Amino acid sequence: MALRPDLAIIADAVPSTSRVLDVGCGDGELMVALRGKGVDARGLEIDPANVTAAIARGQSVVQGDANRDLADYPDDAFDYAILSQTLQTTERPDRVVDELLRIAPRAFVSFPNFAHWRIRLALLWGGRMPVTRLLPVAWYETPNIHHVTVSDFRDLVRAKGIAVERVWHLSGDKPASDAAASWRAEHAIFLISR
Amino acid sequence: MASLLHDIQHHSVTIAASLPLDSGQVLPAVTIAYQSYGALDADKSNAVLICHALTGDQYVASDHPATGKPGWWARMVGPGKPIDTDRFHVICANVLGSCMGTSGPASPDAATGAPLGMAFPVITIADMVRAQAMLLDHLGISRLHAVVGGSMGGMQALAWAATYPDRLASALVIASAARHSAQNIAFHEVGRQAIMADPDWQDGQYYGSARAPTKGLAIARMAAHITYLSEEGLTEKFGRRLQARDIKSFGFDADFQVESYLRHQGLAFTDRFDANAYLYITRAMDYFDLADPHDGRLAGAFANAKDVRFTLVSFDTDWLYPTSESRRVVQALQSVGAAASFVELSAPFGHDSFLLDVPALDRLVAGALGSGF
Repeated sequence: MALRPDLAIIADAVPSTSRVLDVGCGDGELMVALRGKGVDARGLEIDPANVTAAIARGQSVVQGDANRDLADYPDDAFDYAILSQTLQTTERPDRVVDELLRIAPRAFVSFPNFAHWRIRLALLWGGRMPVTRLLPVAWYETPNIHHVTVSDFRDLVRAKGIAVERVWHLSGDKPASDAAASWRAEHAIFLISR
Repeated sequence: MASLLHDIQHHSVTIAASLPLDSGQVLPAVTIAYQSYGALDADKSNAVLICHALTGDQYVASDHPATGKPGWWARMVGPGKPIDTDRFHVICANVLGSCMGTSGPASPDAATGAPLGMAFPVITIADMVRAQAMLLDHLGISRLHAVVGGSMGGMQALAWAATYPDRLASALVIASAARHSAQNIAFHEVGRQAIMADPDWQDGQYYGSARAPTKGLAIARMAAHITYLSEEGLTEKFGRRLQARDIKSFGFDADFQVESYLRHQGLAFTDRFDANAYLYITRAMDYFDLADPHDGRLAGAFANAKDVRFTLVSFDTDWLYPTSESRRVVQALQSVGAAASFVELSAPFGHDSFLLDVPALDRLVAGALGSGF
Protein backbone atom coordinates (compact mmCIF):
# COMPACT_ATOMS: atom_id res chain seq x y z
CA MET A 1 0.00 0.00 0.00
CA ALA A 2 1.27 3.43 -0.88
CA LEU A 3 2.17 5.74 1.99
CA ARG A 4 0.13 8.87 2.54
CA PRO A 5 1.90 11.60 0.53
CA ASP A 6 3.18 13.57 3.53
CA LEU A 7 4.49 10.35 5.11
CA ALA A 8 6.19 9.35 1.85
CA ILE A 9 8.03 12.68 1.82
CA ILE A 10 9.14 12.22 5.43
CA ALA A 11 10.13 8.57 4.89
CA ASP A 12 12.25 9.70 1.96
CA ALA A 13 13.90 12.55 3.86
CA VAL A 14 14.92 10.62 7.02
CA PRO A 15 18.52 9.31 6.74
CA SER A 16 18.70 5.53 6.87
CA THR A 17 20.73 5.04 10.05
CA SER A 18 18.94 7.55 12.26
CA ARG A 19 16.92 7.09 15.44
CA VAL A 20 13.38 8.40 15.09
CA LEU A 21 10.33 8.93 17.29
CA ASP A 22 7.07 9.03 15.37
CA VAL A 23 4.62 10.96 17.56
CA GLY A 24 1.06 10.01 16.73
CA CYS A 25 2.29 7.04 14.71
CA GLY A 26 -1.17 5.55 14.11
CA ASP A 27 -0.93 1.88 13.17
CA GLY A 28 2.79 2.20 12.47
CA GLU A 29 2.57 2.68 8.70
CA LEU A 30 5.41 5.19 8.51
CA MET A 31 7.49 3.21 11.03
CA VAL A 32 7.27 0.11 8.83
CA ALA A 33 8.56 2.13 5.87
CA LEU A 34 11.34 3.65 7.97
CA ARG A 35 12.39 0.26 9.38
CA GLY A 36 12.53 -0.99 5.81
CA LYS A 37 15.35 1.46 5.15
CA GLY A 38 17.23 0.70 8.36
CA VAL A 39 15.90 3.47 10.59
CA ASP A 40 15.56 2.71 14.32
CA ALA A 41 11.96 3.90 14.67
CA ARG A 42 9.90 4.15 17.85
CA GLY A 43 6.32 5.35 18.13
CA LEU A 44 3.97 7.16 20.48
CA GLU A 45 0.25 6.82 19.85
CA ILE A 46 -2.84 7.66 21.88
CA ASP A 47 -5.35 5.19 20.45
CA PRO A 48 -4.97 1.66 21.95
CA ALA A 49 -6.38 -0.05 18.84
CA ASN A 50 -3.72 1.66 16.74
CA VAL A 51 -1.01 0.80 19.26
CA THR A 52 -2.10 -2.84 19.25
CA ALA A 53 -2.04 -2.93 15.45
CA ALA A 54 1.44 -1.38 15.35
CA ILE A 55 2.88 -3.78 17.96
CA ALA A 56 1.28 -6.67 16.07
CA ARG A 57 3.26 -5.42 13.05
CA GLY A 58 6.41 -5.75 15.12
CA GLN A 59 6.87 -2.05 15.85
CA SER A 60 7.94 -0.52 19.18
CA VAL A 61 5.06 1.73 20.13
CA VAL A 62 4.05 3.19 23.48
CA GLN A 63 0.47 4.20 24.16
CA GLY A 64 0.59 7.79 25.29
CA ASP A 65 -0.50 11.36 24.81
CA ALA A 66 1.75 13.84 22.99
CA ASN A 67 0.50 16.57 25.36
CA ARG A 68 1.88 14.83 28.41
CA ASP A 69 4.06 11.83 27.70
CA LEU A 70 6.83 13.34 25.54
CA ALA A 71 8.27 14.47 28.86
CA ASP A 72 9.23 10.86 29.61
CA TYR A 73 11.87 10.82 26.88
CA PRO A 74 15.35 12.08 27.76
CA ASP A 75 17.01 14.98 25.93
CA ASP A 76 18.46 14.02 22.54
CA ALA A 77 17.00 10.51 22.72
CA PHE A 78 16.46 10.63 18.95
CA ASP A 79 17.91 12.15 15.79
CA TYR A 80 14.49 13.09 14.44
CA ALA A 81 11.04 13.54 15.94
CA ILE A 82 8.05 13.29 13.63
CA LEU A 83 4.66 14.86 14.24
CA SER A 84 2.40 14.26 11.28
CA GLN A 85 -1.14 15.67 11.19
CA THR A 86 -1.24 15.86 14.96
CA LEU A 87 -0.05 19.40 15.82
CA GLN A 88 -3.51 20.89 15.33
CA THR A 89 -5.00 18.39 17.81
CA THR A 90 -2.60 19.08 20.70
CA GLU A 91 -3.51 21.24 23.66
CA ARG A 92 -0.46 23.49 23.38
CA PRO A 93 1.21 23.10 19.98
CA ASP A 94 3.96 25.53 21.00
CA ARG A 95 4.96 23.35 23.94
CA VAL A 96 4.77 20.19 21.84
CA VAL A 97 7.19 21.77 19.34
CA ASP A 98 9.53 22.60 22.24
CA GLU A 99 9.38 18.98 23.41
CA LEU A 100 10.03 17.63 19.90
CA LEU A 101 13.19 19.72 19.65
CA ARG A 102 14.24 18.73 23.16
CA ILE A 103 14.17 14.99 22.46
CA ALA A 104 15.68 15.39 18.97
CA PRO A 105 17.74 18.13 17.28
CA ARG A 106 15.46 18.00 14.22
CA ALA A 107 11.74 17.46 13.75
CA PHE A 108 9.31 16.96 10.89
CA VAL A 109 5.99 18.65 11.54
CA SER A 110 3.16 18.23 9.05
CA PHE A 111 -0.29 19.81 9.32
CA PRO A 112 -3.28 20.80 7.21
CA ASN A 113 -3.17 24.46 6.17
CA PHE A 114 -6.30 26.23 7.37
CA ALA A 115 -5.56 29.13 5.03
CA HIS A 116 -6.07 27.04 1.91
CA TRP A 117 -8.24 28.94 -0.58
CA ARG A 118 -11.17 26.53 -0.29
CA ILE A 119 -11.33 27.05 3.44
CA ARG A 120 -11.00 30.82 3.01
CA LEU A 121 -13.84 30.79 0.49
CA ALA A 122 -16.02 28.58 2.62
CA LEU A 123 -15.63 30.95 5.53
CA LEU A 124 -15.94 34.09 3.42
CA TRP A 125 -19.03 33.03 1.45
CA GLY A 126 -20.65 30.43 3.66
CA GLY A 127 -19.76 31.95 7.02
CA ARG A 128 -19.28 28.44 8.36
CA MET A 129 -16.34 26.37 9.51
CA PRO A 130 -15.49 24.27 6.47
CA VAL A 131 -15.66 20.49 6.26
CA THR A 132 -13.12 19.39 3.66
CA ARG A 133 -11.34 16.27 2.47
CA LEU A 134 -8.46 16.72 4.91
CA LEU A 135 -10.68 18.17 7.65
CA PRO A 136 -13.75 15.99 7.32
CA VAL A 137 -15.32 16.58 10.74
CA ALA A 138 -17.83 19.22 11.86
CA TRP A 139 -16.60 21.99 14.17
CA TYR A 140 -18.23 20.56 17.30
CA GLU A 141 -16.63 17.13 17.09
CA THR A 142 -13.35 17.89 15.37
CA PRO A 143 -10.13 16.83 17.11
CA ASN A 144 -8.49 19.82 15.39
CA ILE A 145 -8.66 22.36 18.18
CA HIS A 146 -5.94 24.72 16.92
CA HIS A 147 -6.55 25.89 13.39
CA VAL A 148 -3.05 26.61 12.16
CA THR A 149 -1.95 28.06 8.83
CA VAL A 150 1.40 27.91 7.05
CA SER A 151 1.99 31.55 7.98
CA ASP A 152 1.02 30.95 11.61
CA PHE A 153 3.51 28.13 11.91
CA ARG A 154 6.26 30.22 10.32
CA ASP A 155 5.52 32.95 12.86
CA LEU A 156 5.66 30.47 15.73
CA VAL A 157 9.04 28.99 14.82
CA ARG A 158 10.46 32.47 14.05
CA ALA A 159 9.35 33.72 17.47
CA LYS A 160 10.99 30.71 19.10
CA GLY A 161 14.22 31.12 17.13
CA ILE A 162 13.73 27.71 15.52
CA ALA A 163 15.36 27.16 12.15
CA VAL A 164 13.33 25.95 9.17
CA GLU A 165 15.57 23.64 7.16
CA ARG A 166 13.05 22.64 4.53
CA VAL A 167 9.38 22.97 3.69
CA TRP A 168 7.20 20.86 1.40
CA HIS A 169 3.74 21.97 0.32
CA LEU A 170 1.10 19.58 -0.91
CA SER A 171 -2.02 20.26 -2.90
CA GLY A 172 -4.32 17.38 -3.75
CA ASP A 173 -1.57 14.93 -2.74
CA LYS A 174 0.82 16.52 -5.26
CA PRO A 175 3.78 18.75 -4.46
CA ALA A 176 2.79 22.40 -4.73
CA SER A 177 5.15 25.25 -5.44
CA ASP A 178 6.23 27.50 -2.61
CA ALA A 179 4.81 30.48 -4.47
CA ALA A 180 1.56 31.52 -2.82
CA ALA A 181 1.72 28.36 -0.71
CA SER A 182 -0.27 30.12 1.98
CA TRP A 183 -3.28 30.06 -0.38
CA ARG A 184 -2.58 26.99 -2.40
CA ALA A 185 -1.11 24.40 -0.03
CA GLU A 186 -3.64 22.02 1.49
CA HIS A 187 -0.93 20.55 3.61
CA ALA A 188 2.56 21.55 4.73
CA ILE A 189 5.55 19.60 6.02
CA PHE A 190 8.23 21.50 7.89
CA LEU A 191 11.66 20.17 8.76
CA ILE A 192 12.71 22.28 11.71
CA SER A 193 15.83 22.29 13.87
CA ARG A 194 17.03 23.91 17.08
CA MET B 1 -5.48 -33.36 49.99
CA ALA B 2 -2.00 -31.94 50.20
CA SER B 3 -0.58 -35.44 50.39
CA LEU B 4 -2.23 -36.36 47.06
CA LEU B 5 -0.70 -33.24 45.52
CA HIS B 6 2.72 -34.29 46.69
CA ASP B 7 2.37 -37.78 45.24
CA ILE B 8 2.35 -36.49 41.66
CA GLN B 9 5.50 -37.18 39.66
CA HIS B 10 6.78 -34.20 37.69
CA HIS B 11 9.41 -34.01 35.00
CA SER B 12 12.37 -32.39 36.71
CA VAL B 13 16.13 -32.06 36.93
CA THR B 14 18.24 -31.81 40.05
CA ILE B 15 21.22 -29.53 39.62
CA ALA B 16 23.97 -30.20 42.10
CA ALA B 17 25.25 -26.62 42.06
CA SER B 18 24.55 -24.34 45.01
CA LEU B 19 22.18 -21.41 44.63
CA PRO B 20 22.99 -18.34 46.74
CA LEU B 21 19.78 -16.59 47.79
CA ASP B 22 19.03 -12.90 48.37
CA SER B 23 18.43 -13.71 52.04
CA GLY B 24 22.08 -14.70 52.40
CA GLN B 25 21.22 -18.38 52.74
CA VAL B 26 22.32 -20.94 50.18
CA LEU B 27 20.45 -23.86 48.65
CA PRO B 28 23.06 -26.60 48.23
CA ALA B 29 21.25 -28.13 45.23
CA VAL B 30 18.12 -27.25 43.30
CA THR B 31 15.43 -29.42 41.78
CA ILE B 32 13.51 -27.72 39.00
CA ALA B 33 10.38 -29.21 37.45
CA TYR B 34 9.60 -28.02 33.96
CA GLN B 35 7.73 -28.70 30.74
CA SER B 36 8.90 -27.90 27.23
CA TYR B 37 7.16 -27.74 23.87
CA GLY B 38 8.37 -27.44 20.29
CA ALA B 39 11.81 -28.23 18.91
CA LEU B 40 14.96 -26.37 19.86
CA ASP B 41 16.79 -25.07 16.77
CA ALA B 42 20.27 -26.35 16.06
CA ASP B 43 21.72 -22.97 17.05
CA LYS B 44 19.45 -22.89 20.15
CA SER B 45 18.20 -19.42 19.27
CA ASN B 46 14.44 -20.01 19.39
CA ALA B 47 13.90 -20.64 23.10
CA VAL B 48 11.06 -18.81 24.83
CA LEU B 49 10.80 -18.97 28.60
CA ILE B 50 7.31 -18.60 30.02
CA CYS B 51 7.16 -17.54 33.66
CA HIS B 52 4.04 -18.51 35.56
CA ALA B 53 2.01 -16.51 38.06
CA LEU B 54 1.67 -17.03 41.82
CA THR B 55 -0.53 -20.12 41.73
CA GLY B 56 0.45 -21.21 38.23
CA ASP B 57 2.75 -24.05 37.33
CA GLN B 58 4.82 -25.53 34.54
CA TYR B 59 1.78 -27.09 32.88
CA VAL B 60 1.28 -24.08 30.64
CA ALA B 61 -0.07 -26.06 27.69
CA SER B 62 -0.50 -29.54 29.18
CA ASP B 63 -3.36 -30.94 31.21
CA HIS B 64 -2.86 -30.35 34.92
CA PRO B 65 -1.89 -33.62 36.62
CA ALA B 66 -3.99 -32.93 39.74
CA THR B 67 -7.12 -31.40 38.23
CA GLY B 68 -7.06 -32.79 34.68
CA LYS B 69 -7.90 -29.31 33.37
CA PRO B 70 -6.17 -27.89 30.28
CA GLY B 71 -2.96 -25.91 30.79
CA TRP B 72 -3.36 -22.40 32.20
CA TRP B 73 -2.28 -20.76 28.93
CA ALA B 74 -3.29 -23.48 26.48
CA ARG B 75 -5.10 -20.85 24.45
CA MET B 76 -1.81 -18.94 23.98
CA VAL B 77 0.79 -21.70 23.61
CA GLY B 78 0.73 -24.38 20.94
CA PRO B 79 1.14 -25.05 17.23
CA GLY B 80 -0.02 -22.01 15.26
CA LYS B 81 -0.98 -20.17 18.46
CA PRO B 82 0.39 -16.72 19.43
CA ILE B 83 3.35 -18.41 21.16
CA ASP B 84 3.83 -20.80 18.28
CA THR B 85 5.43 -24.10 19.25
CA ASP B 86 5.98 -24.86 15.55
CA ARG B 87 8.46 -22.03 15.66
CA PHE B 88 9.62 -21.68 19.25
CA HIS B 89 11.02 -24.04 21.83
CA VAL B 90 8.86 -23.08 24.80
CA ILE B 91 10.06 -23.81 28.32
CA CYS B 92 7.96 -23.32 31.44
CA ALA B 93 9.53 -24.12 34.80
CA ASN B 94 7.82 -24.36 38.15
CA VAL B 95 9.18 -21.53 40.33
CA LEU B 96 11.45 -21.97 43.30
CA GLY B 97 9.37 -22.28 46.47
CA SER B 98 6.40 -23.80 44.72
CA CYS B 99 4.78 -27.18 45.12
CA MET B 100 4.79 -28.79 41.68
CA GLY B 101 8.13 -30.54 41.79
CA THR B 102 10.58 -27.65 42.20
CA SER B 103 12.52 -27.16 45.45
CA GLY B 104 10.20 -25.65 48.03
CA PRO B 105 8.92 -26.03 51.57
CA ALA B 106 7.62 -29.53 50.83
CA SER B 107 11.07 -30.69 49.68
CA PRO B 108 12.87 -33.10 51.98
CA ASP B 109 15.61 -31.99 54.29
CA ALA B 110 18.85 -33.51 52.93
CA ALA B 111 19.87 -34.69 56.41
CA THR B 112 16.61 -36.12 57.76
CA GLY B 113 14.49 -36.73 54.70
CA ALA B 114 11.55 -34.99 56.42
CA PRO B 115 9.80 -32.11 54.61
CA LEU B 116 11.56 -28.80 55.29
CA GLY B 117 8.39 -26.83 55.98
CA MET B 118 9.30 -23.43 57.38
CA ALA B 119 12.97 -24.43 57.47
CA PHE B 120 13.00 -23.77 53.72
CA PRO B 121 14.71 -20.38 53.28
CA VAL B 122 12.67 -17.33 52.30
CA ILE B 123 13.13 -16.72 48.58
CA THR B 124 12.71 -13.75 46.24
CA ILE B 125 11.66 -13.21 42.63
CA ALA B 126 15.35 -12.76 41.75
CA ASP B 127 16.11 -16.14 43.37
CA MET B 128 13.42 -17.73 41.18
CA VAL B 129 15.05 -16.17 38.12
CA ARG B 130 18.51 -17.39 39.13
CA ALA B 131 17.11 -20.91 39.44
CA GLN B 132 15.59 -20.60 35.94
CA ALA B 133 18.97 -19.46 34.62
CA MET B 134 20.55 -22.57 36.17
CA LEU B 135 17.98 -24.69 34.34
CA LEU B 136 18.81 -22.98 31.03
CA ASP B 137 22.52 -23.52 31.67
CA HIS B 138 21.75 -27.17 32.28
CA LEU B 139 19.82 -27.28 28.98
CA GLY B 140 22.67 -25.55 27.15
CA ILE B 141 20.59 -22.49 26.26
CA SER B 142 22.69 -19.37 26.66
CA ARG B 143 20.29 -16.81 25.21
CA LEU B 144 16.50 -16.60 25.04
CA HIS B 145 14.48 -15.26 22.16
CA ALA B 146 12.02 -14.02 24.74
CA VAL B 147 10.93 -14.15 28.35
CA VAL B 148 7.15 -13.98 28.69
CA GLY B 149 5.09 -13.63 31.82
CA GLY B 150 1.86 -12.32 33.29
CA SER B 151 1.38 -11.04 36.85
CA MET B 152 4.18 -12.61 38.97
CA GLY B 153 5.47 -14.07 35.70
CA GLY B 154 5.85 -10.50 34.46
CA MET B 155 7.87 -9.66 37.56
CA GLN B 156 10.20 -12.54 36.70
CA ALA B 157 10.47 -11.29 33.12
CA LEU B 158 11.45 -7.83 34.44
CA ALA B 159 13.91 -9.41 36.86
CA TRP B 160 15.39 -11.39 33.95
CA ALA B 161 15.98 -8.17 32.02
CA ALA B 162 17.57 -6.58 35.07
CA THR B 163 19.71 -9.59 36.04
CA TYR B 164 20.61 -11.19 32.70
CA PRO B 165 20.12 -8.48 30.04
CA ASP B 166 22.63 -10.20 27.73
CA ARG B 167 20.74 -13.47 27.86
CA LEU B 168 17.50 -12.30 26.27
CA ALA B 169 16.41 -10.54 23.08
CA SER B 170 12.97 -9.52 24.30
CA ALA B 171 10.73 -9.42 27.33
CA LEU B 172 6.94 -9.53 27.31
CA VAL B 173 5.40 -8.31 30.56
CA ILE B 174 1.63 -8.60 30.97
CA ALA B 175 -0.53 -7.23 33.80
CA SER B 176 2.45 -6.81 36.07
CA ALA B 177 4.54 -4.32 38.03
CA ALA B 178 8.12 -3.60 39.04
CA ARG B 179 7.21 -3.58 42.73
CA HIS B 180 4.57 -4.77 45.11
CA SER B 181 2.53 -1.88 46.46
CA ALA B 182 1.42 -1.52 50.06
CA GLN B 183 -2.06 -2.59 48.97
CA ASN B 184 -0.66 -5.70 47.24
CA ILE B 185 1.29 -6.61 50.38
CA ALA B 186 -1.78 -6.01 52.54
CA PHE B 187 -3.91 -8.48 50.57
CA HIS B 188 -1.16 -11.08 50.73
CA GLU B 189 -0.84 -10.62 54.47
CA VAL B 190 -4.56 -11.42 54.87
CA GLY B 191 -3.98 -14.68 53.02
CA ARG B 192 -0.90 -15.62 55.02
CA GLN B 193 -2.60 -14.86 58.31
CA ALA B 194 -5.58 -17.02 57.28
CA ILE B 195 -3.22 -19.95 56.66
CA MET B 196 -1.18 -19.47 59.81
CA ALA B 197 -4.31 -19.03 61.94
CA ASP B 198 -5.60 -22.42 60.80
CA PRO B 199 -4.87 -24.88 63.66
CA ASP B 200 -4.15 -27.53 61.04
CA TRP B 201 -1.18 -25.49 59.79
CA GLN B 202 0.90 -26.74 62.77
CA ASP B 203 3.72 -24.23 62.23
CA GLY B 204 4.10 -25.55 58.70
CA GLN B 205 4.83 -29.15 59.72
CA TYR B 206 1.55 -30.63 58.53
CA TYR B 207 2.95 -32.81 55.74
CA GLY B 208 3.22 -35.99 57.77
CA SER B 209 -0.04 -35.48 59.61
CA ALA B 210 -3.55 -36.29 58.44
CA ARG B 211 -4.44 -32.62 58.69
CA ALA B 212 -3.54 -29.75 56.34
CA PRO B 213 -4.59 -26.08 56.62
CA THR B 214 -7.11 -26.33 53.82
CA LYS B 215 -9.55 -23.89 55.48
CA GLY B 216 -6.89 -21.23 55.84
CA LEU B 217 -5.60 -21.79 52.32
CA ALA B 218 -9.14 -21.64 50.92
CA ILE B 219 -9.76 -18.32 52.67
CA ALA B 220 -6.43 -16.98 51.38
CA ARG B 221 -7.50 -17.95 47.87
CA MET B 222 -10.94 -16.36 48.30
CA ALA B 223 -9.42 -13.03 49.34
CA ALA B 224 -6.87 -13.14 46.53
CA HIS B 225 -9.45 -14.21 43.98
CA ILE B 226 -11.44 -11.02 44.58
CA THR B 227 -8.35 -9.01 43.65
CA TYR B 228 -8.05 -10.89 40.36
CA LEU B 229 -11.53 -9.87 39.21
CA SER B 230 -13.21 -6.55 38.58
CA GLU B 231 -16.42 -5.02 39.91
CA GLU B 232 -17.67 -5.00 36.33
CA GLY B 233 -16.87 -8.69 35.85
CA LEU B 234 -18.35 -9.74 39.19
CA THR B 235 -21.52 -7.73 38.61
CA GLU B 236 -21.92 -9.17 35.16
CA LYS B 237 -21.38 -12.72 36.39
CA PHE B 238 -23.27 -12.65 39.70
CA GLY B 239 -24.72 -9.25 40.56
CA ARG B 240 -26.68 -9.65 43.80
CA ARG B 241 -28.38 -12.82 42.60
CA LEU B 242 -29.21 -15.46 45.19
CA GLN B 243 -27.85 -19.01 45.01
CA ALA B 244 -30.39 -21.85 44.70
CA ARG B 245 -33.02 -20.01 46.73
CA ASP B 246 -35.70 -17.35 46.25
CA ILE B 247 -35.40 -15.52 49.53
CA LYS B 248 -32.60 -14.56 51.87
CA SER B 249 -31.98 -17.07 54.64
CA PHE B 250 -31.20 -14.46 57.30
CA GLY B 251 -28.32 -16.70 58.25
CA PHE B 252 -24.75 -17.24 57.13
CA ASP B 253 -25.20 -19.78 54.39
CA ALA B 254 -23.97 -18.81 50.95
CA ASP B 255 -27.10 -16.84 50.02
CA PHE B 256 -25.45 -14.97 47.19
CA GLN B 257 -24.07 -16.59 44.06
CA VAL B 258 -20.82 -14.70 44.51
CA GLU B 259 -20.35 -16.26 47.95
CA SER B 260 -20.94 -19.73 46.62
CA TYR B 261 -18.54 -19.09 43.76
CA LEU B 262 -15.77 -17.89 46.07
CA ARG B 263 -16.22 -20.82 48.44
CA HIS B 264 -15.93 -23.20 45.52
CA GLN B 265 -12.85 -21.42 44.14
CA GLY B 266 -11.21 -21.45 47.56
CA LEU B 267 -11.85 -25.11 48.19
CA ALA B 268 -10.90 -26.28 44.69
CA PHE B 269 -7.60 -24.44 45.07
CA THR B 270 -6.58 -26.62 48.02
CA ASP B 271 -6.57 -29.67 45.70
CA ARG B 272 -3.81 -28.21 43.59
CA PHE B 273 -1.75 -26.01 45.87
CA ASP B 274 0.27 -26.26 49.04
CA ALA B 275 -0.31 -23.79 51.89
CA ASN B 276 3.37 -23.36 52.74
CA ALA B 277 4.23 -22.73 49.08
CA TYR B 278 1.56 -20.01 49.14
CA LEU B 279 3.29 -18.40 52.12
CA TYR B 280 6.72 -18.47 50.47
CA ILE B 281 5.67 -17.25 47.05
CA THR B 282 3.48 -14.41 48.34
CA ARG B 283 6.43 -13.33 50.51
CA ALA B 284 8.72 -13.34 47.46
CA MET B 285 6.25 -11.09 45.63
CA ASP B 286 5.96 -8.71 48.59
CA TYR B 287 9.73 -8.28 48.71
CA PHE B 288 9.82 -7.50 44.98
CA ASP B 289 10.96 -3.96 44.16
CA LEU B 290 13.28 -3.69 41.16
CA ALA B 291 14.21 -0.10 42.01
CA ASP B 292 15.30 -0.95 45.56
CA PRO B 293 18.94 -1.88 44.81
CA HIS B 294 19.27 1.30 42.68
CA ASP B 295 18.48 3.96 45.27
CA GLY B 296 14.81 3.83 44.32
CA ARG B 297 15.53 4.67 40.67
CA LEU B 298 13.79 2.07 38.54
CA ALA B 299 15.81 3.15 35.49
CA GLY B 300 18.89 1.87 37.30
CA ALA B 301 17.53 -1.67 37.05
CA PHE B 302 17.42 -1.40 33.26
CA ALA B 303 20.73 0.41 32.74
CA ASN B 304 22.21 -2.62 30.94
CA ALA B 305 18.98 -3.69 29.21
CA LYS B 306 19.05 -1.10 26.40
CA ASP B 307 19.19 -3.81 23.76
CA VAL B 308 16.27 -5.81 25.12
CA ARG B 309 12.97 -5.21 23.30
CA PHE B 310 10.23 -4.78 25.87
CA THR B 311 6.51 -5.13 25.39
CA LEU B 312 4.24 -4.26 28.30
CA VAL B 313 0.50 -4.75 28.45
CA SER B 314 -1.94 -3.67 31.13
CA PHE B 315 -5.71 -4.03 31.38
CA ASP B 316 -8.05 -1.17 32.13
CA THR B 317 -10.02 -3.14 34.75
CA ASP B 318 -6.95 -4.51 36.58
CA TRP B 319 -6.77 -2.78 39.96
CA LEU B 320 -4.24 -5.23 41.43
CA TYR B 321 -1.46 -4.19 39.03
CA PRO B 322 -2.96 -1.08 37.48
CA THR B 323 -1.83 0.64 34.29
CA SER B 324 0.07 3.25 36.31
CA GLU B 325 2.53 0.54 37.42
CA SER B 326 3.19 -0.51 33.82
CA ARG B 327 3.63 3.14 32.85
CA ARG B 328 6.24 3.51 35.57
CA VAL B 329 8.21 0.71 33.97
CA VAL B 330 7.77 2.18 30.49
CA GLN B 331 9.04 5.57 31.68
CA ALA B 332 12.11 3.93 33.19
CA LEU B 333 12.75 2.01 29.97
CA GLN B 334 12.37 5.16 27.86
CA SER B 335 14.78 7.03 30.08
CA VAL B 336 17.49 4.45 29.32
CA GLY B 337 16.59 4.36 25.61
CA ALA B 338 15.34 0.77 25.53
CA ALA B 339 12.90 -0.16 22.77
CA ALA B 340 9.66 -0.35 24.71
CA SER B 341 6.13 -0.98 23.59
CA PHE B 342 3.17 -0.45 25.85
CA VAL B 343 -0.58 -0.62 25.54
CA GLU B 344 -3.48 -0.64 27.95
CA LEU B 345 -6.05 -3.09 26.63
CA SER B 346 -9.72 -2.87 27.42
CA ALA B 347 -11.13 -6.08 28.92
CA PRO B 348 -13.85 -6.66 31.51
CA PHE B 349 -12.14 -9.42 33.50
CA GLY B 350 -9.82 -7.43 35.78
CA HIS B 351 -6.35 -8.77 36.53
CA ASP B 352 -7.32 -12.24 35.26
CA SER B 353 -7.71 -10.79 31.75
CA PHE B 354 -4.24 -12.04 30.84
CA LEU B 355 -5.49 -15.63 31.21
CA LEU B 356 -8.79 -15.13 29.42
CA ASP B 357 -10.07 -14.56 25.92
CA VAL B 358 -8.78 -11.13 24.88
CA PRO B 359 -8.11 -11.34 21.11
CA ALA B 360 -6.06 -8.12 21.10
CA LEU B 361 -3.64 -9.74 23.54
CA ASP B 362 -3.14 -12.68 21.17
CA ARG B 363 -2.24 -10.31 18.33
CA LEU B 364 0.13 -8.38 20.55
CA VAL B 365 1.92 -11.47 21.84
CA ALA B 366 2.33 -12.89 18.34
CA GLY B 367 3.59 -9.52 17.06
CA ALA B 368 5.99 -8.98 19.94
CA LEU B 369 7.49 -12.45 19.53
CA GLY B 370 7.56 -12.45 15.74
CA SER B 371 9.59 -9.30 15.40
CA GLY B 372 13.32 -9.48 15.39
CA PHE B 373 13.33 -12.65 13.31
